[in-house]
Amino acid sequence: MTDFPRGRTAIVGAGTFGTGRAPGYSASDLAGIATARALAEAGLTLADVDGLFFCHGTDTLGGLSFAQYLGIQPKVTDNNRTGGSAFQTMVENAAYLLDAGAIDCALIAYGSNQASAAGKLVNTVQPNPYESPYRPMTPLTSYALAAQRYLHQYGARREQLGEVALAARAWAQLNPEAYARDPLSMDDYLGARPINDPFGKYDCCLVTDGGAAIVMTRTDRARDLKARPVRVLGAAAETSHREIMCMPDLTTTAARESGRRAYARAGISAADVDVVMVYDAFTINTVLFLEDLGFCPKGEGARFVEGGAIAPGGRLAVNTNGGGLSCTHPGMYGLFALIEAVRQLRGECGDRQVADAQVALAHGNGGVLSSQATVILAR
Amino acid sequence: MPIQPDLEWHQHLAEGRFMLCADAATGVPFYPPRAIVPGKGSEDVVWIPASGRGTVYSSTTVYKRLPETNYNVALVDLAEGPRMMSRIEGIDPADVVIGMAVTARIEWPEGGDPFVVFVPAEGAE
Repeated sequence: MTDFPRGRTAIVGAGTFGTGRAPGYSASDLAGIATARALAEAGLTLADVDGLFFCHGTDTLGGLSFAQYLGIQPKVTDNNRTGGSAFQTMVENAAYLLDAGAIDCALIAYGSNQASAAGKLVNTVQPNPYESPYRPMTPLTSYALAAQRYLHQYGARREQLGEVALAARAWAQLNPEAYARDPLSMDDYLGARPINDPFGKYDCCLVTDGGAAIVMTRTDRARDLKARPVRVLGAAAETSHREIMCMPDLTTTAARESGRRAYARAGISAADVDVVMVYDAFTINTVLFLEDLGFCPKGEGARFVEGGAIAPGGRLAVNTNGGGLSCTHPGMYGLFALIEAVRQLRGECGDRQVADAQVALAHGNGGVLSSQATVILAR
Repeated sequence: MPIQPDLEWHQHLAEGRFMLCADAATGVPFYPPRAIVPGKGSEDVVWIPASGRGTVYSSTTVYKRLPETNYNVALVDLAEGPRMMSRIEGIDPADVVIGMAVTARIEWPEGGDPFVVFVPAEGAE
């Protein structure tokens, strides 16, 4: 494949701030502080940034607002709003622009103070007149409908979704930055307040604040910088629908296509991936994405995660920060999946470090399983 | 002139008709209504009557705290092909199952827009 600059760009800095509760900070404050930390890690400054990739939870012109906040005049301002997958797509687009020489340094950032400001997941989309009469809890009900169909079609059980929640929590207990670190048992999971069948409380992501930022440049330049570069081997995206009624098959996502093309661009397969980060807004996500990204066959995901298989010490390390379910979920989680992948590849993960992690996959999801974007990284 | 999808959808329902948009050239229906044929781009869109027959593709119970009551949200595959979000009424939300045959009826709440809900089909197993 020659349609992607394989390995020719790299992530050279990653920063997070306020990933639990951060009262007193605006979304731009949180993203700004994460940006300062990511640049410091790389040994770069704001003056180096000429490509800005930003998504603000509620400000539709957030990319402009954040350029102003940083006091920079970027040549490229990308205000992508494909939901939580936006950041994986930003990595793909930044790679093309960097490789073409259109920009020299890309900043990808996000911030949200939804938990402190609103106390709940802030809905940033217009109600659809063909859905709103039925009062779905958006986006939760749509994911619940996908989970119900999956359980029906493949004879899977709630306990298997519970394995995803328990694994995420067990990883979070090894991560000092994770927000939810109390022990979680299968009894706790099954006995939790029901929300939308088959989901109870622990099937659903956290509602937190948080800021995150990464810095990218060309790999030849990255070698002169402070931090160990993490190369972008491949990236690809695909959108299949917006509302759940228009998703062709609720048990198969467009991650199958984004993953297939990302692997081809990277020149690897799922078997070569040492650590996997998938956007787990709900427990069903992890099951669907492990299938669609080739870690197990379609319909086998629920069995695949049984017996602590994706928990610490299991057969595949998945969402080692605790994921959206137990680490952080400030509205759009995709960038946090990328940052955990970077930290694993640099060997910075302490008690949760996956030994000798060489290749990582970070997958983003946007809307209601609507927009899928996959990034493959290597040290 | 291209159709005015949202306006005409609600007008049909207000007059007691559950209608679907279809590609005028092929008769293939689609949902939700659009001014052009999805995947094709043609402006030749016509309204055709829906049979009102459908099958539950997926279904969930939305749990509410008292004094509100739990309710159903379902995806219904229409006999004509398209899938729509709706609600199955006339049955306890806990008893709605995937694969169940359902029949459409139009609901028109006071002060709101009319919309399509479904009830279990007569004589269904």
